[in-house]
Amino acid sequence: MKYFHILGSAVGLAAILFVMQSPVRGQQGQPAQQGQAAPQGLGGGGRGAGRGGGGGRGNQPPQPARASAPYDMTGNWVSVITNNWRNRMVPPPRGGNADIPLNNNGTQVADAWDPAKDEAAGQECKYYGAASLMFQPTRLRISWQDDNTLRMDTDAGTQTRIFRFANATPAGATTATATSTAAAGSRTWQGDSTAVWESRRPAARGGGGGGGGAAANNAARYLKVTTTNMRPGYLRKNGVPYGERAVLTEYYDVFREPDGTNMMIVTIAVDDPEYLNQQYVVIAHFKKEADGSKWDPSPCSARW
Amino acid sequence: MRANPDGGKTMRRVAFTVGAVLISGVVTFTQNQINAGRAVPQDRGVDLTGNWNSGQWTEGGGPGGPNDRRPYDFLGMPLNEAAKAWALSHDESRLSEPERQCAYYTPVYHPFGFGGLNMWREDEYQTGSVVAWVIGGFQDFKPQVIWMDGRPHPGPLEPHRIEGFTTGVWENDVLVTTTTHMTQGMLHRRGPHSDRATLTMRFSRHDNILSLTGRVDDPVYLTEPMYVSKEWRLGNNMAGANRAAPPCTVTYEGVPTGDVKHYLPGQNPNVDEMTKMWGIPVETVMGGAETMYPEYRKKLKQTYKRPEVRPVGRTRQGNV
Repeated sequence: MKYFHILGSAVGLAAILFVMQSPVRGQQGQPAQQGQAAPQGLGGGGRGAGRGGGGGRGNQPPQPARASAPYDMTGNWVSVITNNWRNRMVPPPRGGNADIPLNNNGTQVADAWDPAKDEAAGQECKYYGAASLMFQPTRLRISWQDDNTLRMDTDAGTQTRIFRFANATPAGATTATATSTAAAGSRTWQGDSTAVWESRRPAARGGGGGGGGAAANNAARYLKVTTTNMRPGYLRKNGVPYGERAVLTEYYDVFREPDGTNMMIVTIAVDDPEYLNQQYVVIAHFKKEADGSKWDPSPCSARW
Repeated sequence: MRANPDGGKTMRRVAFTVGAVLISGVVTFTQNQINAGRAVPQDRGVDLTGNWNSGQWTEGGGPGGPNDRRPYDFLGMPLNEAAKAWALSHDESRLSEPERQCAYYTPVYHPFGFGGLNMWREDEYQTGSVVAWVIGGFQDFKPQVIWMDGRPHPGPLEPHRIEGFTTGVWENDVLVTTTTHMTQGMLHRRGPHSDRATLTMRFSRHDNILSLTGRVDDPVYLTEPMYVSKEWRLGNNMAGANRAAPPCTVTYEGVPTGDVKHYLPGQNPNVDEMTKMWGIPVETVMGGAETMYPEYRKKLKQTYKRPEVRPVGRTRQGNV
């Protein structure tokens, strides 16, 4: 009989173990929550070098930027204005700049703003320069001009931005190096923009740290654009200035929502030793549109 | 009962075999438990640890800031008619009601608000697997736990709490979180979100800038998802960071218990405040999805009257 007791206890223990194992199995096989994309950090794209311009491993020639793009930015986009509405959708009054870190020079210039003078000088496009263009209500058309050049057209002010990838940059060179080697021609509203596909993990860029210490996957990079050589312009359509030494740094995140919506989030950082006390950062949203049927080009305007 | 004919040898063999199988099972089970966090390589994303200082620029200075929204400013908000009715019945003094002093700061306030972020990661101490990311509390804001261990959201009948329930995943090195089970709260502190709202947040780090994009889906009060964003910069003052929020303490702020401040339909006296101050037509100030898109500017071109200079002064909402 005692063997039956042993056997009974063993069966009972086995049953307990089976029950305890079940939640672990359940968790391991659990699908992503509703409204979330499944984790893609371990898949979705091959392993890349995590370096700008498509990089290049070892002695291999760097891949063209188009071929190494972690996401597709091309197409028609529309800005979605839910933040800072009354400073973006309509021209704000003179002096509406208390939220911008202007220094005294900047405040004086902003207070003296006169749109009639801009019109008389043919400077209506001062608010359509690169440093403020992406924060405007506008539609975008993005296309590849060639394998290493991204082109962006806006219907607001009918402007064109050109992003040149630092593809020919030797491996290990930084974005700043690539920028400084760009030809410094005459200043334009849109300046000279150098682009790079950049990893979020410092380790993948040759720096220390990083989250898991692993190389970033190709899909985990974002577009970083550095723009210099701009003509002096306005951050806001009420004369808030940026100067010719301003440097614009933009970070483009593109993702697809579970409901199929494609979004592009642009983080815009402006450094200006002439008129700003510190870096000024804002974020703009864009939603992808199926076609260009709502494209509506308008000329630069100093008043609207 | 019949005696065992072989003196119990067969039973001993059976018991020994079963015992060996069980011991083997116990060892395997234990290994499985230990390896539970390692069985599937866990995506640990990028490091978001730190004290992040609020930029407060995307929304013009944030609540209380120099370009804060006025109480009846619903510009660029895809509110439906029910939301507008709720918002126009709302009196700012409600925030002083003892029953509501702690009520409005759900996680939706992260991308709308003005606070800094103190973030850290909680690891399981034996396996090293990531259990959660945590956003520290801030004033009336409760700490927010973002569960990373794959646990499910509560069921539809589970209670809602002001902090909701949040899970997270890494999506191409962007921390994507989903929050459900919140109580009713506010969008921009000016429009309502219901307790059926879902908040999706994307924490995207670029060098030392942290960009947060929030998306609010609300079948009760929004006609389409509302996106808002906010920026922070990494600070170096971890010593000053608080890991636990002080509790929201109800005090007397001039509104007696049970007194519900409100306006009846059609009787809100401040509905034209934005028009008087900023020249923006009343129908635009009431918001709606169409006010979010560039083509809406055509409607405004003939009706908007730009003030010559920025209005200044002090109102019950603070400095203008």
